[in-house]
Amino acid sequence: MLSTDTDILKTAEGWRREGRGVAIATVVETWGSAPRPVGSHLVIDGDTNFLGSVSGGCVEGAVITEALDVIADGKPRMIEFGVADETAWQVGLSCGGRIRVYVERVD
Amino acid sequence: MRLSLLSDLNKERAARRAAVLVTDVASGDQRLIREAEVDGDLLAEDLGDALRRGKSGLVERNGRQFFLTVQTPPVRVVVIGAVHISQALAPIAMGLDLDVTIIDPRTAFAASERFPEVSVLAEWPDTVLPEIGIDRYTAVAALTHDPKIDDPALIAALRSECFYIGALGSRKTHERRIQRLTEAGFAEADLLRIHAPIGLDIGAVSPAEIAVSILAEIVASLRKDQRRSA
Repeated sequence: MLSTDTDILKTAEGWRREGRGVAIATVVETWGSAPRPVGSHLVIDGDTNFLGSVSGGCVEGAVITEALDVIADGKPRMIEFGVADETAWQVGLSCGGRIRVYVERVD
Repeated sequence: MRLSLLSDLNKERAARRAAVLVTDVASGDQRLIREAEVDGDLLAEDLGDALRRGKSGLVERNGRQFFLTVQTPPVRVVVIGAVHISQALAPIAMGLDLDVTIIDPRTAFAASERFPEVSVLAEWPDTVLPEIGIDRYTAVAALTHDPKIDDPALIAALRSECFYIGALGSRKTHERRIQRLTEAGFAEADLLRIHAPIGLDIGAVSPAEIAVSILAEIVASLRKDQRRSA
């Protein structure tokens, strides 16, 4: 399925109406050569189904993990990703950019 | 985000109205501001600016940080002519998140079986275009090759604030078109808005290739405008 902006937010609404736990992640700030522009969304449900993107696939895994906590406790979170530190296996952006992502639950 | 707020946001999008979701980053408080409600808001200046540029972003006011999620209406491509190129264009355009409407008064062409999942109107452009409305988030591509059908559409497009106008046909065909539209009262500067021959010059031959060149030109018009105003 294609995931355009229209699909992503409609899907978020649809999933919630079905009774699923849903979180929306939004890119709120970027520095350098970030892969997705400010305002890009990723929606996640409690079973880690997801649609959309906040990067080129580099940090989605970490955002999904964080989203599960947000779905559980309802507290919005701001997470920041920088350049990947390969020796530490840390999640990051290999493009050299930095992004901030806001994750919130749909209530 | 409250579900009702998300639902309102989706409704505004479906109705082709611009809106901004304002999130207080520290508290998580949110509200939806429709374009008509911008004036008088605490963040009026930032909201107006964000809407004009069509860009989401963080702003600061009175020591508080707000994130503005700007939602502009989905970009729509109105295609005049339910022709072979349009059949190739429709699915590619949908993949680009573009709303496609196809208009052709010739009912044999404008058969919905030829265009699954796309709105097809078997009407004359001058009748139906005022009804559907051409706004600044609309591109108009005239593809019938027939001045009887293309010209009224181009006239409606030239009178609107649509961001893109393109017309199929050779340079010679376009010269004659310019002549007719000049006689219809349009100035040279107006007529320069028409991209003709339509599409980026990628040496396109097949209907699908021409569709790609047209859509690439539409995307370029859309994104370059945004970059200039950024």
